[in-house]
Amino acid sequence: MGKADNKVDQLRRRFLRAAGQACGAALLGMGLLTYSRQTQPLPAMAIRPPGALAEADFLGACVRCGLCVRDCPYHTLKLAELGDTVITGTPYFTARDIPCEMCDDIPCVVACPTGALNKSLTNIDDARMGLAALVDQENCLNYLGLRCDVCYRVCPLINKAISLEPQHNPRTGKHTLFIPIVHSNACTGCGKCEHACVLPEAAIKVLPTQLAKGAPGRHYRLGWEEKQKAGGSLVEPDKEHEYNLPKGYRYDYEGQGLIKENDTQTPFSHNPLDTLNKQQEQAK
Amino acid sequence: MTALLRPGADAIELKGWWRAHQWLLLRRLVQLGILALFLSGPWFGVWIIKGNIASSLTLEVLPLSDPYLLTQSLFAGHWPETTIVIGALIIAAFYFLVGGRVYCGWICLVNPITDLAAWLRQRLNIKDGARLPRQSRYWLLAMTLITAGISGSLLWELVNPVTILYRSLIFGMGMAGIVVVTLFLFDLLLAPRGWCSHLCPMGAFYSLLARYTPLRISAVKRESCNDCMDCYAVCPEPQVIPPALKGAVQGIGPVITGINCTNCARCIDVCSKDVFRFTTRFYKPTKTSSNTFKQSEVLS
Repeated sequence: MGKADNKVDQLRRRFLRAAGQACGAALLGMGLLTYSRQTQPLPAMAIRPPGALAEADFLGACVRCGLCVRDCPYHTLKLAELGDTVITGTPYFTARDIPCEMCDDIPCVVACPTGALNKSLTNIDDARMGLAALVDQENCLNYLGLRCDVCYRVCPLINKAISLEPQHNPRTGKHTLFIPIVHSNACTGCGKCEHACVLPEAAIKVLPTQLAKGAPGRHYRLGWEEKQKAGGSLVEPDKEHEYNLPKGYRYDYEGQGLIKENDTQTPFSHNPLDTLNKQQEQAK
Repeated sequence: MTALLRPGADAIELKGWWRAHQWLLLRRLVQLGILALFLSGPWFGVWIIKGNIASSLTLEVLPLSDPYLLTQSLFAGHWPETTIVIGALIIAAFYFLVGGRVYCGWICLVNPITDLAAWLRQRLNIKDGARLPRQSRYWLLAMTLITAGISGSLLWELVNPVTILYRSLIFGMGMAGIVVVTLFLFDLLLAPRGWCSHLCPMGAFYSLLARYTPLRISAVKRESCNDCMDCYAVCPEPQVIPPALKGAVQGIGPVITGINCTNCARCIDVCSKDVFRFTTRFYKPTKTSSNTFKQSEVLS
């Protein structure tokens, strides 16, 4: 074997050895990627700390150091342990156990060295950890017509994030239902409502926003909003609806009901006594 | 044969047990001491270091962060805050000075586990096992960074036993015991010194910081070497020894310059001839040493 051949042979062997190692590493990497696909989605009951980047970005930014956990004064935050359903080492909390107390100085965000918890969050009311949703309308006491109101009362943004909307109670026919409505433009996802819900299993739960919230069609426009924005109707007014009412009457759909026009002549007097008096006079 | 089953026996006899284990004990003390600094907060409410080795805050002022984790995060496409960059630069500078893989020998808690496995292998005279290529770790290092880029997340941290073990000891074990047992059995039965010296991408990353490290071990009295092989038997990276110990003939200096030397100093402990000691990498043997004479002896 010539010297050149020997060198080629050596090169060939070195190449094959390196290729073998590279293939091994690549195989492991592919396994890891596949494995991560299965663990990636955050369980619905695990909520990230305030200011957390969107989940995909968060997992590229968080180094799993636990400094946010350490600076949480209420021991709300936990680091996922190996074997938990949450990706190992990342911070989360379970609202039903300990909700976020929404500290004004947001110590967890201040503690984060990487920016996985975004430093631009300075007002805790702007946090969007998740979104509360009244998921069980069958068992919610307020839906049953009782005045529980606990979720509404404990909400740190009472009347903004949760309001009570009065509705007619069709069961009794005479009472009012006070329905808790969550407003996504104010709810921070702190979880105090879920924590406080008096039922053995909370009827109101904080969920990841994309699970809790629907989305309107992109082409949808709410006519009444557009009308207000434009300061007037944007479409040609419909042809006036003709009601089959007695002459001289009209019907107001916005509360007043049946209205008698002033100048209308009717055979009946406005005062019912007049009719009686008339009858008595005729009897005489 | 008994010499290799119990490396360091000569040193113990000559120098006494304590002196033949002084660096090992110091190393274990440092490993446990740093863990204790992390644990004093959660256990006793005395907060000295907060966080874990991934990123920490010492005495509420000094940020220290792992440059390997920061690198993964950069590959994942995240633009980091300055805090972690400063922390990682401090740590990188430190390991540049003392040797990157000092992290492995003196800080990492996987090290006592794999050391125990290696020690037990010798005691039980287990000879079988896969000889993995030592370069594998660099391929794995590349893999961890590439997959971080593909997935946009710190993918390796799903399984990285180094960070998982350290974090679990501080924040709650979960199923991390499995990691310990797996690594121990892997090193004991499947591949000798398999994890730390062949596969661990974290160690590979740190080795890259050691290219110009000033603090190095040298075979300053290599002429007194009696070829007992004890240093090879205890060294986790024995490939770094021969150039320094036996390189006199080829004119290679006595400084161990291999980037994978962990500066664990176990070779200093077990050498009954006191061949090794800590020096700088610029160490030059003095002319008065009997190098030339010993060289001819080696040649003969």
